[in-house]
Amino acid sequence: MRKIIVVGNGMVGYKFCEKFINQDESKKFEITVFGEEPRPAYDRVHLSEFFENQDAKALEMAPAEWYKDNGINLIVDERVSEIDRNNKTITTAKDRGFSYDYLVLATGSSAFVPPIKGVEKEGVFVYRTIEDLEGMLAYASKIKTINPNAKAAVLGGGLLGLEAGKAVMDMGLEPHIIEFASKLMPRQLDSRSSQVLQLKLESIGLNIHLSKATNQILGNGVITGMEFGEDDILDVDMLVISAGIRPRDELGKTSGLEMGVRGGIVVDNKMKTSDDSIFAIGEVALYNQMIYGLVAPGYDMAGIAVDQILGEENLMADQIDMSTKLKLIGVDVASFGEPFMPASKGHSVIFENKTQHLYKRINVSLDGKKLLGGILIGDASDYNMLHQVFLNEMAIPEDAAQLILPASDGGSSFGSVLDLPDTAQVCSCESLTKGTICGSITEEGCNNLSEVIAQTKATTGCGGCKPMVVDLVNETLKSLGKEVKETVCEHFNYNRQELYDLVKINKVPNYNEALNLFGNGQGCEICKPVFASIFATITMETANRQPGIQDTNDRFLANIQRNGTYSVVPRVPGGEITPQQLIVLGEVAKKYDLYTKITGGQRIDLFGAQVHELPLIWKDLIDAGFESGHAYGKSLRTVKSCVGSTWCRYGMHESVTFAIEIEKRYRGLRSPHKFKGGVSGCIRECAEARGKDFGLIAVEGGWNLYVCGNGGATPKHAVLFAEQLDDKTVVKYLDRFLMYYIRTAGPLIRTAPWLDKLEGGIDYLRQVIIEDSIGIAEDLENEMKGLINKYECEWKQAIESPEIMKRFKHFVNSDDTDDTIEFVPMRDQKMPKAW
Amino acid sequence: MENILSQYQSVPDTKVAIWFKVGQIADFPENSGACIKYKTKQIAVFNFTRTGKWYASQNLCPHKMEMVLSLGMIGDKEGVPKVACPLHKKNFSLENGSNLSGDDLKIAVYPVKIENENVYIGFED
Ligand code: SRM
Ligand SMILES: Cc1cc2nc3c(=O)[nH]c(=O)nc-3n(C[C@H](O)[C@H](O)[C@H](O)COP(=O)(O)OP(=O)(O)OC[C@H]3O[C@@H](n4cnc5c(N)ncnc54)[C@H](O)[C@@H]3O)c2cc1C
Ligand code: SF4
Ligand code: FES
Repeated sequence: MRKIIVVGNGMVGYKFCEKFINQDESKKFEITVFGEEPRPAYDRVHLSEFFENQDAKALEMAPAEWYKDNGINLIVDERVSEIDRNNKTITTAKDRGFSYDYLVLATGSSAFVPPIKGVEKEGVFVYRTIEDLEGMLAYASKIKTINPNAKAAVLGGGLLGLEAGKAVMDMGLEPHIIEFASKLMPRQLDSRSSQVLQLKLESIGLNIHLSKATNQILGNGVITGMEFGEDDILDVDMLVISAGIRPRDELGKTSGLEMGVRGGIVVDNKMKTSDDSIFAIGEVALYNQMIYGLVAPGYDMAGIAVDQILGEENLMADQIDMSTKLKLIGVDVASFGEPFMPASKGHSVIFENKTQHLYKRINVSLDGKKLLGGILIGDASDYNMLHQVFLNEMAIPEDAAQLILPASDGGSSFGSVLDLPDTAQVCSCESLTKGTICGSITEEGCNNLSEVIAQTKATTGCGGCKPMVVDLVNETLKSLGKEVKETVCEHFNYNRQELYDLVKINKVPNYNEALNLFGNGQGCEICKPVFASIFATITMETANRQPGIQDTNDRFLANIQRNGTYSVVPRVPGGEITPQQLIVLGEVAKKYDLYTKITGGQRIDLFGAQVHELPLIWKDLIDAGFESGHAYGKSLRTVKSCVGSTWCRYGMHESVTFAIEIEKRYRGLRSPHKFKGGVSGCIRECAEARGKDFGLIAVEGGWNLYVCGNGGATPKHAVLFAEQLDDKTVVKYLDRFLMYYIRTAGPLIRTAPWLDKLEGGIDYLRQVIIEDSIGIAEDLENEMKGLINKYECEWKQAIESPEIMKRFKHFVNSDDTDDTIEFVPMRDQKMPKAW
Repeated sequence: MENILSQYQSVPDTKVAIWFKVGQIADFPENSGACIKYKTKQIAVFNFTRTGKWYASQNLCPHKMEMVLSLGMIGDKEGVPKVACPLHKKNFSLENGSNLSGDDLKIAVYPVKIENENVYIGFED
């Protein structure tokens, strides 16, 4: 067996191993990897995340077992100290010797510490390894106990320096960025964009000092300040140096490999050093007279070295793309191609809005046909596409400004991602082209985003390509006629229907458990209400059981109004109300000084209640026989009725009686969106039944049933579903129809758009509901009956439970009420004071 | 209204002069927000039971100047803990108060400390 020794187990050294073992030929080699750090390679790019959780394991590229499982001999905590090229051996700092056939140097670089007087003082750090971060954390907490207003400076206003600035700010230190140049990120930004970035960063609390050369670090053994000019001193308690990198090329030097004048081990486009058996990759390699301080080129180099050792002829590209996009402290910053250039080379289009901290610049060739580069600050959502246009030298619009100005129709000015050439490199960390990504679907049979990621490793590096990969996957699936999965939100990789099934089949008890089992992160205002609805439609639990996942309206069982007060809407089934009930409503409204209005849903809304008043009001109402109207829930609202045959001279059936029966049947039933019904006594349609999710119109011989209509923003007439039904059949179809909708609709999709998307449309719906074509009709009915039997008025529940009552209080620590709420008189009532 | 807003300024851990006790852990609903009063200020306190973390911010939503943020739903956006205003669902980071939905509105955030089951909010004065 031939032997490979890899010196350095950093990101690139690791990638070499990963790429190597993926090749069949690799079985003929034995690999030994030396790492000087005490742990296996970790993701340095996301190093700052260590501050959040101090979880070194989470950053690991692969656990130690991975190396073992793949036959790689990993030796950490042992530095290689010498190479003997003649005998092809190395020696380690622990004085052990090993021989090699091929040697791969992946020793990376170290932080450059400029020769400033006093840099050796306590409290001065660099920002490169987990140990550096641990040191900073310990030091920061120490100085904070002595001085709660402690300050930290970062030397260097480049990419890394700004990241370090954010880190010290998060540690609770007053952050100062010291930059020698007259602008931030001098390598990537022009002066104008740097100014915009500076404004933004200052608004967040970073202090920025430009054009400052540091003369010395002050302090007696421990840093107390920095001196720039004679009288120019900044008091600081800690300093992080981030002034660039220096390749760790000691081994190259001592073993006599060809070196660059300013360091770095010279390599050719095969990643070979001046010794045929020795390769250098990553941040130690000097390629085209440059050290590339980014992972993507390092990963490419690793791939080339693997190919060369295994006898393949792949070569490193001539041009290395140094484009970058990052989110600095919540600010998008991106630069690609030639970010700045002289006017003789091309034209620039610049869009700047300092009030919004926005800056966009693109550079276009003199003939206006090609994109040469650009800078985006504040909003880099177009970066991926612009970057691709640049990389692939794609044609650009005649008016290049369209590339950065928001399109007037809100759409993108680029067309489809599928227009990109197959060779377009989409994920630069993993060197994946559009062809590879789409091919994983068209050829390898991947069916969704996660399978594509598992197959190709796209998006697993810096993650910057994620939006584009998502688009490519979706568009490709669509072009194959496959369903594109619409997931609920970033916390669950499932759609509502899948989650409904998962909860039901696994008998998941609550949201917390669902998040543990199928989700990630802490949830959000999108997935929580989706689950609230799912639990409610499986077990009929009310909004009181899991208040934390309810939308604010459901949590307080009332609609929140524009001034933070609430409305009270008791149920008035079918719109029928006795004089006595009207009097009670009037009395309650007077007692609590509430604005009253007849709603469009045939009932009465009492507005302007403060949170602590809600239970008092509801107690009075419930005592008088009212119950919740669920005007706040995604649930049944009203079943509107006309007066019908009981009074109307044209009436064919008793529409009020039937409307009341139906409203009571489905009251409290939660669903993907709200739903409403209507019952009209004849085709004059006074109840607007065809404007509802389900509508009944009395005809000779029974009821005509209409489904899937609504008013609102996109009005839609309900469609005729079945004719001349008797009462019993109506109820049977409604049970099945509603339950089927509840099971299958997406979040916040009302019945009309749901039907629009339902494959097979109304005919299919009829087959399922009337003909029972998929054999679920009985199931649907039984399920609905189970829910109906479990109905409980949630307001009654609330006022009877001291635990729930605690929710209805403005302050936890005081019985005071919100004194910022103000009303002004209006007509004979009142309204909230204007915004 | 503007002067109501101006009394809310983020307090970094390092600047805390007063740790004001606002109640016990059990007084605060799990995985939700609640509001407390400190002098003239209304502060929203968020109990992320799942992660064991606590956050506090002004209760005032800077969008329409309403005292509502404690009523909003909480969660995270790409790992950043946040609250969604109940009125128009603007999302605010509870780490630094920035608006995660993009525009420049921003809220003040305050440090929270838990000691012996008691919840304290840090103020400068
Ligand atoms: C009070 C009322 C207006 C009125 O003064 O008459 C009203 C008030 C509100 N409507 Fe409505 N809608 C009211 C009848 C209607 C009607 C008429 C009807 O039901 O016949 C419609 C059109 C029919 C329909 O729904 O298809 C209607 C279509 C909407 C929509 C649009 C729905 C859509 O599918 O596009 C919304 C927005 C939503 O739900 O997302 C909405 C949302 C709202 C909300 C809940 C907005 C909100 O979230 O704060 C309002 C809350 C008022 C409150 O605080 O109580 N309201 N709303 C009516 C209460 C009816 C009731 O007794 O429960
Ligand atoms: C905070 C931070 C943020 C960054 N952000 C980005 C970013 O957003 N995008 C980006 O593209 N890049 C970023 N980088 C740069 C990126 O991390 C580097 O390009 C990448 O880590 C280089 O990989 P490497 O393997 O060449 O070097 P390294 O990761 O430094 O690994 C080299 C390893 O070799 C070990 N070693 C050295 N000499 C010896 C020896 N003689 N014997 C044994 N072991 C030895 C070292 O201890 C080290 O563990 C960032 C860097 C830092 C520090
Ligand atoms: S129509 Fe608009 S403004 Fe009027 S109640 Fe409905 S949601 Fe409010
Ligand atoms: S008031 Fe908070 S988002 Fe509008």
